[in-house]
Amino acid sequence: MHPPCAGSIYHTCVQLLIRFFLGGLLVLVFSLIGDVLRPKGFAGLFGAAPSIALSTLALTVAEKGNAYAALEARSMMLGAIAFLCYSIVCCLLMAKRHLRAPVTTLGLLPLWGACAFTLLALVR
Amino acid sequence: MVIRFDPQSLKQSAWHEYLTRFVLGGAVSVIAGLIAEHYGPAIGGLFLAFPAIFPASATLIEKHQRERKQRAGIEHSIRGRLAAALDARGTALGTMALAAFALVAWQLLPHYNAAWILIGALLLWLVLSVALWRLRKLLAHH
Repeated sequence: MHPPCAGSIYHTCVQLLIRFFLGGLLVLVFSLIGDVLRPKGFAGLFGAAPSIALSTLALTVAEKGNAYAALEARSMMLGAIAFLCYSIVCCLLMAKRHLRAPVTTLGLLPLWGACAFTLLALVR
Repeated sequence: MVIRFDPQSLKQSAWHEYLTRFVLGGAVSVIAGLIAEHYGPAIGGLFLAFPAIFPASATLIEKHQRERKQRAGIEHSIRGRLAAALDARGTALGTMALAAFALVAWQLLPHYNAAWILIGALLLWLVLSVALWRLRKLLAHH
């Protein structure tokens, strides 16, 4: 196996930087929109905005083409269903058990992962 | 219930809270790209629906609500947690529209111009999210 040349390392670093800035910017923009909207239940819709999806799919299309990006989008549907389960459990724990938001939302992230990978295993 | 803009709420957040969201969003995007590179699009694609915005938003809503209550002299209140729960309920509705975004991208990307598909899917997400929120409100009133 040949070691990667300086040119390919540079190209990969530039790609990762673009990914970082585009992803960060879109997450920030959708968060700000959610912050200024009222009522809170409506603003919550923006917690599930396709920020990461937009940046990643756009860059994937540019790098690897539409067909490859479509495969990512297919799995994204399963990730979204896992996100639905995760947000419902978060809502119930904060509303009924009065658990704190950082503990609940960060502590339950493994639930999102478990749901997403289980769904992927089921459809494969 | 009327949907409105409240630009004053931006003043409640410190600059480092915005920076945290930017870094978190950027990091998730990079991780999603690296996972797709190493493990393929099926596993990498899952992370396109990773909860990147919601945990920070819910935490900030609870924090700001708690601070407001403390300024009013109320030390212990569950209002912050209930406000975060409301945010989570909205997010749950948004995830259904997020699944629709993914369905459109999956079905149409191989056949049409990607820019138009992504713009169309984003508009669909927005319209469907608002429609689901309105439907939920209507059902709650009956």
